[in-house]
Amino acid sequence: MSNFREKFIQDFITDNRWHFIVDGLLVTLRVTAMALVIGVVIGMVVGIIRCAHDQQTKNERRGLRGFVINLLNLVCKIYVTIIRGTPSLVQLLIMYFIILVSAKSKVMVATLTFGINSGAYVAEIFRGGIMAVDKGQMEAGRSLGLNYVQTMYRIVLPQAFKATLPALINELITLLKETSICGYIGLNELTRGGDIIRGTTFDAFLPLFGVAIIYLALVLIISSLASIMERRLRASDIR
Amino acid sequence: MKKMIVMLLTASMLMALAGCGSSAPAAAPAPAAEEKKEEAAAPAAEAKEADDDEDDDADFTTVTDGVLTMATNAYFPPYEYYEGGNIVGIDADIAAAIAEKLGLELHIEDMEFDSIITAVQAGKADMGLAGMTVTEERKQNVNFSESYATGVQVVIVTEDSDIQSIDDLADKQIGVQLATTGDIYCTDDFGEDHVEQFNKGNDAVMALKTGKVDAVVIDNEPAKSYVAATDGLKILDTEYVVEEYAAAINKDNTALLDAIDDALEDLKEDGTLDAIISKYISTEK
Repeated sequence: MSNFREKFIQDFITDNRWHFIVDGLLVTLRVTAMALVIGVVIGMVVGIIRCAHDQQTKNERRGLRGFVINLLNLVCKIYVTIIRGTPSLVQLLIMYFIILVSAKSKVMVATLTFGINSGAYVAEIFRGGIMAVDKGQMEAGRSLGLNYVQTMYRIVLPQAFKATLPALINELITLLKETSICGYIGLNELTRGGDIIRGTTFDAFLPLFGVAIIYLALVLIISSLASIMERRLRASDIR
Repeated sequence: MKKMIVMLLTASMLMALAGCGSSAPAAAPAPAAEEKKEEAAAPAAEAKEADDDEDDDADFTTVTDGVLTMATNAYFPPYEYYEGGNIVGIDADIAAAIAEKLGLELHIEDMEFDSIITAVQAGKADMGLAGMTVTEERKQNVNFSESYATGVQVVIVTEDSDIQSIDDLADKQIGVQLATTGDIYCTDDFGEDHVEQFNKGNDAVMALKTGKVDAVVIDNEPAKSYVAATDGLKILDTEYVVEEYAAAINKDNTALLDAIDDALEDLKEDGTLDAIISKYISTEK
């Protein structure tokens, strides 16, 4: 036990080494939060475009509007294919070393990469959610005089959002843990914070388990917040 | 829907914030005064050389104005390692001395060792300084400065190991740091199947300690630090390969290469280089 105490002091107290963990945690949270927002925005736009395409009637496909939607759909499909088809570590390295060569802020590079990455997954989640809303809902909205955008925002998306929430939370958790690869571009996030300590003290146990426990705690917080949110959304089910 | 608008606004705000992250270029240094001082102090014979230096200084460009960005892998004591939140060590001190000579501010970027040359090539960093040995393959991708130190590749084994010499390494599993010269030599000499590459030197040492590999081939100085910090390990007396360390600089930036070479030359002459090295490496051996 005294050995544990010694190791703990050596790993976290000496030279203020806990700073690596705290600073890393803040970077991890920043990257995750900003990437989530970018991902949800991209995902929503792409998801809606893909649905608008899939739900067209035969007649609608022919006109100019149909052409534009087809084109947008193609672009979105390519985006989703490329992002889902390549590992996020490779995407991160490509962004850092090739596309955003002149970018000075690693946090920004990481945020953009993970935002774009998670956008592709969120898009598919939203698409599934929107497609799951009964076609009758859209028809009812349109026949009541709402236009497409109004029906989408007021009727279809709220229902879709409720259905997709568990999958979205899943994506958020994945995103949080995925940021641990940022060490490859030298961004000092949580995992790398532990790594730096490991590199200095040559002790693997405490830095690794410490980092693991922090991730676990974060995920627990996220999932409990999610269940509160789900309960609130379910309130409208009881009529 | 109000919520959507709020969400979009938050998104754009955050993106704007992210944009702010890329800080404005640091104020350019005012080297004029400093150089004048240097010139005045220098003997008449060297005055001309000082002038030449000044011309060089005016030519080279750095990734960020007024800042010398150094790429390294800070798990390589005593050349570079973390002390508190700062990266210190021989390379860090030498870089600081070079930066001072060039009138630049030093900024150190810590990254994976195999990313350093890419970073220098891609213009992410001005120079790679990481106890890096000059090799032919590396020369094809970057320019190297004059050598500033000599490195020796040594073999670390457990104290009870039956490995006595380099020849005993055949048929054994050897741990190395990815893309280091130890990796290159061992892969050449013993074959890929016998070499396990780790991202960091100390990961290889940990693997040795837990019996995952039979030996670790790594540079002498970090090897000493690892062995000192870990029980039950020793360094074989035989030297595996002797090699020269140098700084890696982008191929297109020959002006910076010249400037760094000049600065290194000066540091060698005035004894700063030796002072830095002996500060970190005890001469007991």
